[in-house]
Amino acid sequence: MDMQVAKKKLGLKERYAVMTRGLDWTPSYQKMEDIYPYMAYEGIKIHDWDKWEDPFRLTMDAYWKYQSEKERKLYSVLDAYIQSNGHLNVTDARYLNTVKLFVSGISPLEYVAHRGFAHAGRQFPGPGPRVACLMQSLDEIRHAQTQIHAVSNYNKYYNGMHDFHHAHDRVWFLSVPKSFFDDAITAGPFEFMVAIGFSFEYVLTNLLFVPFVSGAAYNGDMGTMTFGFSAQSDEARHMTLGLEVIKFILQQDPANVPIVQRWIDKWTWRGYRVLTLVAMMMDYMLPKRTMSWKEAWEVYFEQNGGALFKDLARYGITIPKCTEHIALEKDHLSHQAWSTFYNYAAATNFHTWMPDADEMEWLSAKYPESYDKYYRPRMEFWREEAAKGNRFYNKTLPMLCQTCQIPLVFTEPGDPTKICYREVDYKEDKYHFCSDHCKKIFEDEPEKYVQAWLPVHQIYQGNCFPEGTDPTVEGFDPLAAVIKYYHLEFGRDNLDFEGSEDQKNFAEWRGQATKNA
Amino acid sequence: MAVAAVKEYNFPPADTVDKFHGAQLLYIGWEDHLMFCAPFAFPFPPTMRFGDILVGVLPGVYGYHPDFAQIDWAKAEWFKSGKPWQPDVEKSLAENGLKHKDVIRFRTPGLTGIKGSCS
Repeated sequence: MDMQVAKKKLGLKERYAVMTRGLDWTPSYQKMEDIYPYMAYEGIKIHDWDKWEDPFRLTMDAYWKYQSEKERKLYSVLDAYIQSNGHLNVTDARYLNTVKLFVSGISPLEYVAHRGFAHAGRQFPGPGPRVACLMQSLDEIRHAQTQIHAVSNYNKYYNGMHDFHHAHDRVWFLSVPKSFFDDAITAGPFEFMVAIGFSFEYVLTNLLFVPFVSGAAYNGDMGTMTFGFSAQSDEARHMTLGLEVIKFILQQDPANVPIVQRWIDKWTWRGYRVLTLVAMMMDYMLPKRTMSWKEAWEVYFEQNGGALFKDLARYGITIPKCTEHIALEKDHLSHQAWSTFYNYAAATNFHTWMPDADEMEWLSAKYPESYDKYYRPRMEFWREEAAKGNRFYNKTLPMLCQTCQIPLVFTEPGDPTKICYREVDYKEDKYHFCSDHCKKIFEDEPEKYVQAWLPVHQIYQGNCFPEGTDPTVEGFDPLAAVIKYYHLEFGRDNLDFEGSEDQKNFAEWRGQATKNA
Repeated sequence: MAVAAVKEYNFPPADTVDKFHGAQLLYIGWEDHLMFCAPFAFPFPPTMRFGDILVGVLPGVYGYHPDFAQIDWAKAEWFKSGKPWQPDVEKSLAENGLKHKDVIRFRTPGLTGIKGSCS
């Protein structure tokens, strides 16, 4: 009779080896290039996938266990927050517009990141990066889901979030984050990893998540804050993966260095342009500020990022040239961005407003070189006009940058009184840009960017009205038709915060909780 | 290489003039008046008289600004793609040499925005 022997338990290292690299095999009746068709065309040369150092030793079964535990905690906090009407504890109803910006601008990107990492993981022949990409892909879809769940509570009470994904694919300013990620997932797997895994997750993520999460904490939004903490351990893993990818590619072949450098230059700039939304959120949208955009850029990019690029110098990588330009913009970015949204407040899914006198003092103190000289005069003018019942609404569509799709609102580096215009003639047409960097990105791959879905041009082509709209009838109001196409309700989801339904409801509900009616 | 692609890559540009129902795009910016956050994009027929833009279009677009009423169009300086340029108000856009997606700007000497801030 056979003796029953207790099975030997695998050690952590063996277990990891069996469950990642052990799952790989060498194909015998299909060619490698047929199985991995995207490996060569970007010009990156990988000689030995086994040199890949797995940045974290996490197996799939451990992943499920760990993440489900974390999510149980997250959802119990969310439940408590919802049951205690936590939404009434935020500093001020203006804060809710940050949440709207987040769910329509950022959460859909988490979902696209999920698809992007799934795609990259499928394409890499090495089992190490494949498993790492799989886990990040799952992280990203979980983040999309938990963010949507956290925000859905606000959607029960406040406007502008009801069809956030529909908005993400259509609303003019949301084409900025959307086209950023579309650009990344339509690139090859190596460029995607440098774009999102490294430039975005490693270099810029602290400028996205820290401001939103600490902004939530400062403003009493426990739901978003808890989500942020829950995602933190994943983000740490993503950063490790991003850095490992870069180092691995660079070490494999010296010919990879200039290609990777071009991608880092491109994606640092592309990511920074998307962070324009974060800059204005920090300086204008949070009723209680955490730090200024300028301070955040100095801490998270100039100090931390500077150290990173010093570290990468030994691989032949230099800090992106665009950072000199960014340094010149840091006194201006948030003010120019908020002015833009104040201009076009009739076509957004959130409310805008002018800062009050105290907030203007804060802005002067944080931006002594620029605020009083260039931005206070226009904002005081707008505030005075609004008080007279003549609130400024710009209803003429702006000229957009072909690459980043932001209106040409940025000024010449070093001269905040002049709009920066750049243009290129390509084949039969002219193309316009907000900066030398966006122009350079176009010139490197014009055939990709000539197809850009620029919201302004699409509106003029008649592609952004509800089906059946006849724009030739007398008295046709294009803005009204576009707002319908966005699934927004004019006068409820858009316009100034002052006088909005959100403002009124919040005051009334909070009043019920704190006063004797 | 005009794009990195696995195979032949040939797609039409999204904004060729044939897609604008007889109009062509013209971008217009007013220098030193950044209260209007960006230059504007307009779909105009190429047969439109240039002067009709000044009289029929720009007041509705820029009229909110206190400087606008003080503009002396005879003194306005024009630029096309950043270079000095002189439009003829009696002629059409096409006759003025304006093509699809051209960008023009005007400067109004003496007018520099709210409290001289170029706003």
